[in-house]
Amino acid sequence: MATAVMTSLDTKSPAASRGMSDIRIRNLFIIPTILFLIVFNIFPLIYSLGYSFTDFRASSHAPANFVGLQNYRALLNDPFIWLNFAITAKYVIVSVTGQVIVGFGTAMLLNRDIPLKGLLTTLLLLPMMLSMAVVGLFWKLLYDPSFGIINYTFGLGSFEWLSNPDMALYAVAITDIWMWSPFVMLLSLAGLSAVPKHLYEAAAIDRAGPFYTFFRITLPLVAPILMIAIIFRTMEAFKTFDLAYILTSQPTTEVISIRLYKMAFQEWQTGRSCALAYIVLIMVLAITNIYVKYLNKVKER
Amino acid sequence: MRKTMTGLLAGVGLMWACGTSALAQELTIFWAEWDPANYLQELVNEYEAQTGVKVTVETTPWADFQTKAFTEFNAKGSAYDMVVGDSQWIGAASEAGHYVDLTDFFNAHKLNEIMAPATVKYYAEYPSNSKKYWSIPAEGDAVGWSYRKDWFEDPKEMEAFKAKYGYDLAPPKTWAEMRDIAEFFHRPGEKRYGIAIYTDNSYDGLVMGVENAIFSYGGELGDYQSYKVDGIINSDKNVKALEMYRELYGFTPPGWAKSFFVENNQAITENLAAMSMNYFAFFPALVNEASNPNAKVTGFFANPAGPNGEQFAALGGQGISVISYSDNQEEAMKFLEWFIKDETQKRWAELGGYTASAKVLESPEFQNATPYNKAFYETMFKVKDFWATPEYAELLIQMNQRIYPFVTAGQGTAKEALNSLAADWKATFDKYGRNK
Repeated sequence: MATAVMTSLDTKSPAASRGMSDIRIRNLFIIPTILFLIVFNIFPLIYSLGYSFTDFRASSHAPANFVGLQNYRALLNDPFIWLNFAITAKYVIVSVTGQVIVGFGTAMLLNRDIPLKGLLTTLLLLPMMLSMAVVGLFWKLLYDPSFGIINYTFGLGSFEWLSNPDMALYAVAITDIWMWSPFVMLLSLAGLSAVPKHLYEAAAIDRAGPFYTFFRITLPLVAPILMIAIIFRTMEAFKTFDLAYILTSQPTTEVISIRLYKMAFQEWQTGRSCALAYIVLIMVLAITNIYVKYLNKVKER
Repeated sequence: MRKTMTGLLAGVGLMWACGTSALAQELTIFWAEWDPANYLQELVNEYEAQTGVKVTVETTPWADFQTKAFTEFNAKGSAYDMVVGDSQWIGAASEAGHYVDLTDFFNAHKLNEIMAPATVKYYAEYPSNSKKYWSIPAEGDAVGWSYRKDWFEDPKEMEAFKAKYGYDLAPPKTWAEMRDIAEFFHRPGEKRYGIAIYTDNSYDGLVMGVENAIFSYGGELGDYQSYKVDGIINSDKNVKALEMYRELYGFTPPGWAKSFFVENNQAITENLAAMSMNYFAFFPALVNEASNPNAKVTGFFANPAGPNGEQFAALGGQGISVISYSDNQEEAMKFLEWFIKDETQKRWAELGGYTASAKVLESPEFQNATPYNKAFYETMFKVKDFWATPEYAELLIQMNQRIYPFVTAGQGTAKEALNSLAADWKATFDKYGRNK
């Protein structure tokens, strides 16, 4: 199968003149990558799976004892962990929905002939290029109840964005939406510009309304690429750490990755945190799988 | 060509020679990034001048000090020879063998007589009352209070206060008085607020703040020897103390839900609050006019007493320990011998460090050196600290999880929060087989 896909080596090429075969060149490229993957990804993955069944603590040199499923049992019975998951779910839903609405909306606005379109698109992409930590620190200043520009601009007085436990998660989500909507916009824009113009012309001839055109032509054709954007953003939002960690320390914004960090590097419960990481991994895999199934279905249409 | 080659070789040779000789006489001390670390660097520069051994104080921000230090210990790294580690780490670091046992050194130099008793108990000894010592008290620290003298001494305010509360406006002697004063000065309309307290739940900020109330109310966190917590951490005294802390939170500036030492000093420099809780280590910045425009009108007082007259404060500060994986342990011990000398400790205090040496602390020279040294001296003889067991970080996070929602958002009651905390702590101690 693999050899069938491969094109054969040009007999006049320098590689061929040195007596290298196709297979040899393939191995030359692939083996280092595979080795790298095994050493830095697969091995730690399996190693940490082993740790997740022990009471190992990296902060002590005491040997790890096998405890079976104790870590998983304790984690899944911990109401605080469930709370962390609920917070993460809420955050993912709010943040990804916001990004899709804002990103897709902006893409629709940009998908027409307007002056300075290139420059405008580039400027809109800027937030995405900043470092998470920098964005977090700046938005912390913007949200400040005493001197923040957001309260000043909207006349909100001393509204507490980050210290109000009910508001803090939304404040983090708003920052995330600001930062990552351009990503959704970029992908949507690519999808939108690929929609054949003649479909719109045909729809116009049939006197289709704008809503009908949007839901029957634009959305179905952009859906696959939009789904890819959603998959990426969901995975990212699920493992959000930096923004939430920098902006606020409310228990209502303690997403699962923050809890995981605290467990692994403040409490040094290495074994248990490996177990938690596995639970998170399985969840992300499951969610991504559902999306990918759906994506394939959309593509078939 | 030959000449250049010889020159080059000589140069390389010289560099190599200097490199190795410097390596043998270099020590690295790891600490958090704050003013005292700069003072320590100044102090150790004098050691270099005397002995030729170059000592470098390497720092990292407080937020990842613990993580970075323990990552290095866990890897048995020799990057640092000594660490000025937090008092809570001592259990974790000694049980895991990260710290060199300093008991012999301690006894040989009679350090438990030289250093203030509380600093020996909390910075150096582990387990509690075992007479085993793991570090040399280096930076004494505790929580104290700063206040706005100009607001307190304004005749109009004094008159209004007396009319409202029936006693004179002065730095509070009790937590009840402190509550009254905070309420009195809390005027959101004028953008002036009553009090600044610790609320940051990401490390030990909030817990230290609440401890100040608990200890002065006569409460304890638990029995540090038998690991008993039920009936101690959730005692009536502690419930009252936590309720008081929650009440004080009502008089803090807006958005005061993630504040620690930086914000609490800002409360004074930015004219936000009448009183502000902070570690003594951060007070030098408040008497410096370059960093505090209100330096001339900033006063200080020790943590007030509780309803039964008991008066304690939460301990900060650190001891200096030798790391087991260091290649320069002998050199490090020589440095410590220099560090504990009376002259060095005196010089340490002059530079701005908070010595733990009882003799220096008691000297009038020290007590009159700054407006807060006297309060510091008084406080250092009545301090208490958090658990120092290896699992202290879990205990800290559990305490944050239970009390933060109550203090900052009024969720549940103080009794409920502390009852749940007692159960959490008991489960943690059971997990590690402590209370057997």
